[in-house]
Amino acid sequence: MRISSLFYTLRQGFSNLFRNKWFTLASIATISACLFLFGLFYAIVMNFQNIVKTAEQGVSVTVFFDEGIEDTRIQEIGELISKRPEVSNIHFVSAEEAWESFKTEYLGEYADGFTENPLADSANYEIYLNDVSMQSALVTYLESVEGVRMVNRSEITATTLTGINALVAYVSVGIIGILFAVSVFLISNTVTIGISVRKEEINIMKYIGATDFFVRSPFVIEGMLIGLIGAAIPLVFIYVMYNVVMNYVLERFSMLSSLLSFLTVEEIFSLLTPVSLGIGVGIGFLGSIVTVRKHLRV
Amino acid sequence: MEEKKNKSGSTTMPVKKKKKKMAAENNEIITLTNVSKAYSTGAPALKEINLHINKGEFVFIVGDSGSGKSTLIKLLLRELTISDGYINVMGYDLSKIKHRKIPKFRRNIGIVFQDFRLLKDRNVYDNVAFAQRIIQKSNKEIKKNVPSILAIVGLAGKYKAKPRQLSGGEQQRVALARALVNKPTILLADEPTGNLDPKNSWEIMKLLEQINENGTTVLVVTHNREIVNAMQKRVVTLKKGVIVSDEEKGGYIDED
Ligand SMILES: Nc1ncnc2c1ncn2[C@@H]1O[C@H](COP(=O)(O)OP(=O)(O)OP(=O)(O)O)[C@@H](O)[C@H]1O
Ligand SMILES: [Mg+2]
Repeated sequence: MRISSLFYTLRQGFSNLFRNKWFTLASIATISACLFLFGLFYAIVMNFQNIVKTAEQGVSVTVFFDEGIEDTRIQEIGELISKRPEVSNIHFVSAEEAWESFKTEYLGEYADGFTENPLADSANYEIYLNDVSMQSALVTYLESVEGVRMVNRSEITATTLTGINALVAYVSVGIIGILFAVSVFLISNTVTIGISVRKEEINIMKYIGATDFFVRSPFVIEGMLIGLIGAAIPLVFIYVMYNVVMNYVLERFSMLSSLLSFLTVEEIFSLLTPVSLGIGVGIGFLGSIVTVRKHLRV
Repeated sequence: MEEKKNKSGSTTMPVKKKKKKMAAENNEIITLTNVSKAYSTGAPALKEINLHINKGEFVFIVGDSGSGKSTLIKLLLRELTISDGYINVMGYDLSKIKHRKIPKFRRNIGIVFQDFRLLKDRNVYDNVAFAQRIIQKSNKEIKKNVPSILAIVGLAGKYKAKPRQLSGGEQQRVALARALVNKPTILLADEPTGNLDPKNSWEIMKLLEQINENGTTVLVVTHNREIVNAMQKRVVTLKKGVIVSDEEKGGYIDED
């Protein structure tokens, strides 16, 4: 295609937008609503996942040893644990370290009264998992290992977090799917109206010898422009809203702030922007190409 | 039987064209053999039509309302397909032409209608340029071709006007300019003067004659008895879907 023809076709696609303004607006509004919700769910799911991930990383299992255990046995146990595939990281805490951290965390200056380490038997392994759903399996195993006195598991049951996460994702996918269908339907209507308004022009084009491609292109471009505009609006909106909402939530629930590890607006938009624009243009393309094929037997 | 003969005729024809016989058959640009056209309802609009038109001819198609003139034009443009027979235009076998080849075929045909069919939201210049856009001419060529064709039809001064600001005669000139700007081999005009007064009708007919003198084959459907009688061209008369007369330098046959 010639450059001048390409520009001509683009211009036609543009002016189509204004030929039936109300339908154009309705289509843009639907896509915007759809992609707004998409962006919203995306931001929520991503943040939720991030929070879960951070929480999961904090999930640890602590192993205490029998009284008077040999140092070599402790080492052996450490090696056994490291070999487990679900273990990402293992950290040895000696009795002295345990006491030190207990002192600084809970006792402060009152610790001075102790001359001996009251936590003499509190040497332990802190074990971090790469898959929290394996926690109970690991605990069962650890309890069977010789020389292990006690296993403490983390209180957060990570499986619940993972479950909620999946549920949120499924619900979002469902809602977004319905909205996509509505968007495609509305774009298809817009293009149909456009085709009927321009029947005469299309006929003349056909008489003069326009190819199917040339006749169809402006309508497809119209659809893609609607999709593009429809995607850009909610992106701007969400961008502005995001920080406001984050700050509000952090302020309101400040006691949870250590748990609420939110992603930055840049982290969210680095993927949300191309995906949203892609989906918008995709819906526009799909809606118009199907309609043009159906209604434009050229 | 008939069908078979046509098939072989169509496949060998282009070869023949290039080789020998530069005479009568070769000059033939429109061939209809036993062509019938029936719409889904009612009696056939055309019945066993035989028509041969040579390159560079000027032909009037006349006949009563409903005799099948517009149907004939639509067949020639491949807007409709024939029900039976054989039709060849510019070497294209129109009952076999592939859908995607139709645009290329039509680019060699200019078409003018009684009701002008201009784009109302665009000015004279853009209406004519539109035809060039469709065949993907460059901007440079469009800027050269459009003014020169507007000058030929006598509308150079009105290129900025919208169709509704023009008289019927002027609108038909725009339509004519649009049909001609792509330099067609054949010009089809279906009652081009049907909505015009006698003076404008004559001017349009004179333009068509001038175009014909420059080498374009011209077919004009008309009800204008005076013009047909005065111009002394070939006249094909249709009646109820049948060609009842085909005369060189003919006249309008009166119906009673
Ligand atoms: N789309 C159609 N469907 C069914 N019948 C049709 C259709 N178009 C035309 N006809 C019929 O075919 C016959 C020929 O019509 P056509 O339009 O070719 O006549 P015409 O010679 O151009 O008439 P006019 O001088 O009034 O324009 C008529 O009987 C008409 O009713
Ligand atoms: Mg007619």
